[in-house]
Amino acid sequence: MADEKKELQRKETRGSVETERTRNRRVYVPKTDIYETKDAIVLVADMPGVDEKSVDITLEKNVLTITGVVEPETYKDHSIAYYEYDSGDYQRAFTISDEVDREKIEASVSQGVLRVTLPKAEPVKAKKISIKTG
Amino acid sequence: MFGPRFWRFWRMIDLGAEMQRLQSEMNRLFSGYIPAHGHEFPAINVWVGKADAIVTAELPGIDPKKIDISVVADTLTLSGSREKDVLKEGETYHRQERSYGSYTRTLQIPFEVDVSKVDAKYEKGVLRITLPRSEEVKPKKISIKSE
Repeated sequence: MADEKKELQRKETRGSVETERTRNRRVYVPKTDIYETKDAIVLVADMPGVDEKSVDITLEKNVLTITGVVEPETYKDHSIAYYEYDSGDYQRAFTISDEVDREKIEASVSQGVLRVTLPKAEPVKAKKISIKTG
Repeated sequence: MFGPRFWRFWRMIDLGAEMQRLQSEMNRLFSGYIPAHGHEFPAINVWVGKADAIVTAELPGIDPKKIDISVVADTLTLSGSREKDVLKEGETYHRQERSYGSYTRTLQIPFEVDVSKVDAKYEKGVLRITLPRSEEVKPKKISIKSE
């Protein structure tokens, strides 16, 4: 039970990338499922509050970084009476293998859930090298 | 309370915004509203204004038709379930962190709600329910009869 509670808790991070962020907001690690199908690896991340315009995915070398920007919740003439979650930005980075076809990575956002499909690359075909006699 | 975030702000250039955030965090702390992170699903925030209360809940990836909202007098009940992605044969999970299952949350609003005017919106995985104050809950004067 105790473990379960721990699991549910939101993790806060200062960003797994070792740089200081320019935006002065809290950053959370989105909870992510990763599964493998026959021809792709699919990454599903819960990022409530983001849409397709506020998510950024970058691939640099072997690191796939997901960043989501959430505008703070404020309501005019209202004060907070009860509070269980704090909204903030999202950031998480994954190391991906060389087996992924980088050109064909696809991503979509629906109802606060980000889905990234990383297709597997065609296996490198064995090449026969003929040796010329000379 | 004086975690790394507190000390870190000295290094920030953007002091104004940080101070403001710190102040609002302090206000929250001292007003007794300490976040009860993660003990219940979904996490809920409640905002109260003169005319209404706004309840927000983080419910990413749910079909809005399957969110059940009911209001009785001053009690709001939110229920539904979050379906697990069904994997086909040969597909395997590498990592599974998102939670699934059914949920029910019951919440008492500080006043009686005009049930007919309750409005709910679901956007970007965040549910927002506006609960207007009922006209009938104005203070009533009770006269004492003498015999």
